[in-house]
Amino acid sequence: MNGTGIIKGLAVTIRHFFSTYFADQFGLGRAKAKRGTMMAEGLFTVQYPEESVTVPEEFRVIPFLVYTIEEDGQKKYRCTACGICAKVCPTQCIWITRMKNEETGKPVPESAEFYIDIDKCMNCGSCAEFCPFDAIKMDHDFRIASYTSGDSHIYNKERLGKPLEYYAKIRPTNYAQEEAQRAAKAQAG
Amino acid sequence: MSELTVLHPEYEALLQRFAPNVEPDTRPGFSGIVVLPASLIEVVTYLKEQMGFDYLSSVTAVDQYPDDQFDVIYHLYKTIGGEGLELKVFTTRENPVVPSVTQLYPGADFQEREIWDMFGIRFSGHYDLRRLLLWEGFSGFPLRKDWHEPLFEEEVKPYKSRWPEGRAFHKEQTNPFHDNVQYPKEFDPESVSTDADESLYKALTANLANDEDGLHTDRMVVNIGPQHPSTHGVFRMSAVLEGETVVALKPVLGYMHRNHEKIGERNTFLQNMPFTDRLDYLSSMSNNFGYAITVEKLLGLPPPERGEFLRVMMAELTRIASHTMSIGFLLNDLGAFFTPSLYALEERELILDIFESVAGSRMMCNYFRFGGVVRDISAADFAKVKYLVEERLPRKIDDLDRYLTDNEIVRSRCEGVGVLTAEEAIACSAAGPILRASGVPYDIRRADPYSIYDRFEFDVCYRNHGDVYDRYLVRLDEIRQSIRILKQVIEQIPPEGPVMNGKVQYLVKVPPGESYGRVEGPRGELGFYVVSDGKVNPKRYHVRAPSLINLTGLEKMCVGGKIADAVTILGSVDIVLGEVDR
Repeated sequence: MNGTGIIKGLAVTIRHFFSTYFADQFGLGRAKAKRGTMMAEGLFTVQYPEESVTVPEEFRVIPFLVYTIEEDGQKKYRCTACGICAKVCPTQCIWITRMKNEETGKPVPESAEFYIDIDKCMNCGSCAEFCPFDAIKMDHDFRIASYTSGDSHIYNKERLGKPLEYYAKIRPTNYAQEEAQRAAKAQAG
Repeated sequence: MSELTVLHPEYEALLQRFAPNVEPDTRPGFSGIVVLPASLIEVVTYLKEQMGFDYLSSVTAVDQYPDDQFDVIYHLYKTIGGEGLELKVFTTRENPVVPSVTQLYPGADFQEREIWDMFGIRFSGHYDLRRLLLWEGFSGFPLRKDWHEPLFEEEVKPYKSRWPEGRAFHKEQTNPFHDNVQYPKEFDPESVSTDADESLYKALTANLANDEDGLHTDRMVVNIGPQHPSTHGVFRMSAVLEGETVVALKPVLGYMHRNHEKIGERNTFLQNMPFTDRLDYLSSMSNNFGYAITVEKLLGLPPPERGEFLRVMMAELTRIASHTMSIGFLLNDLGAFFTPSLYALEERELILDIFESVAGSRMMCNYFRFGGVVRDISAADFAKVKYLVEERLPRKIDDLDRYLTDNEIVRSRCEGVGVLTAEEAIACSAAGPILRASGVPYDIRRADPYSIYDRFEFDVCYRNHGDVYDRYLVRLDEIRQSIRILKQVIEQIPPEGPVMNGKVQYLVKVPPGESYGRVEGPRGELGFYVVSDGKVNPKRYHVRAPSLINLTGLEKMCVGGKIADAVTILGSVDIVLGEVDR
């Protein structure tokens, strides 16, 4: 019969509407916990920015440089300025200058300057994947909108640096794996 | 490294018949048959009519700079399945002319226009040889090796300026409107007259007969897009109308052109992987898949067992995500504004959550590597996939089916609209759901299996009417078949094992040679043609984009119908502009 399809369609929409409404109003914590997951009933979306979903561990946006704090309070970057990240970067948005020994003029394994143009960075994660020193890692902080572009989007070493503890916090599994590998290496060699 | 191909006895006969105008390509790493330009049409006619190569998959060209030579390469297949044939025609860089094969294969239309646009090779006998992606009046041919873009830095990446003497500078300092491009002093931009759209309108009305018998109505040119919500991006259709009926229609492309292929030739092999995500951004896993198997053919580096299963799992999840979205947005184009598409988006959302957790990003996955995948799936994510495939998806797809398939509005707007017959679909080189909805059961997963698809049990979905409604049904069927494949993947996947072969290296040296790999993406045959000269950068990197080539048949589908249906038809072709315009 003509029109049944339309009525059916409307019924579906109304059912969705009411289930959403009731889940939102009366489902309280139960329905809220399921939102955006496979078990979602009623309202599917999460009301950003009041609530937000936690990002998974592998989530990647804009690299950062890992440093540890030495006993004298100085930052010690893991980066050795080997340049692999700059070579593998698909958009070539990483610029590195090697540090030179002031007396001899020979390069030392540390970066004097390290820039990333985050306007160009496409968050592919290659730099973190191929870094042999676990010195550059992908961040989780995606709320980086700003009013200005241009030079403020070229992050320097200071801006890129984040402590090792931060890395351990956002990527616990990867961190534990890497530390185990390091420990095994230290024992063997 | 691919060794010299042993020729099939059938091809031996072909070589003997057309000798000395035809000979095998004997360069190491290369295969295929080289034809003299003068006898190309004769050979192609024979191949099509006597040997059954009815499907022209891809046409592309390679610049052999500094040698004075262009190669034009044709990849032909049979729609009954089986291996393909590679034809090559050599022409000079000085005066590049090759006969057009559009008379035999109308599907070469856009591809030959693209080659003219990018390489400047003329195709004699092409009925409408205009630039495809760039505007008329563009200076130079960008894919020639001696053409440099305005922000040109170096021939190939990695650029030497980045390390060790890295001096950061912002790209705006090299803005073309600053001092990077120099104009002559007396240059007046107003004095430059570009052809604008004159040649387009000329081409549109070229083949129209004057309709003197019927009621006299004025013809009108209507441009839909490039800024129009129903064109799924910056796409423009230029249509000639008589009343409300479309009498001619041409797509106008290139508003989002960024020359993906030139970027690909500057990149190293590995750097191209994240760029392929950005082609068809709704099915990045499939794009990764196509590129990975193409380069793996050259490297001779097959992935390990578990890696293969993960690849198939991701590719099929992508297909489901892409098809649910396509179905949702088709309803959007029919006027059911956003309610059905948002219902469909829920399932896609869940699949993207899995991608985010496994690959690190929702759409720009960058998950595949040469010789495997970048990381293993965690037990929690695997359980999610399992629940999705076994519990939730079948139920939700049945829901979609129940709401939409018998809806009167869907049926009356879609049935009999935008018909493409089987012959036309093959001739236009249509691929994927478009081809299968026209009654051609051609699916690369079955016709020319890659990866481990020969191990799975699934049906090739096809329908016979070739209209919008059948394309919708084929997509729905394909989701069900994908679920079926996924169930087998979950059952058979080895519980443990490596996911990647070969050692981790950031500069992959690829042995010299050529390779054409194709996968069945959600939108059809996605092919990658890669030529390596033994360095870390590809010499040629070509993408056979299904969205672009499916548009070849758009005019045939739209002519004779109403202008309102053109939007529906475009929705059923399901283009993604990242891939069309590349």
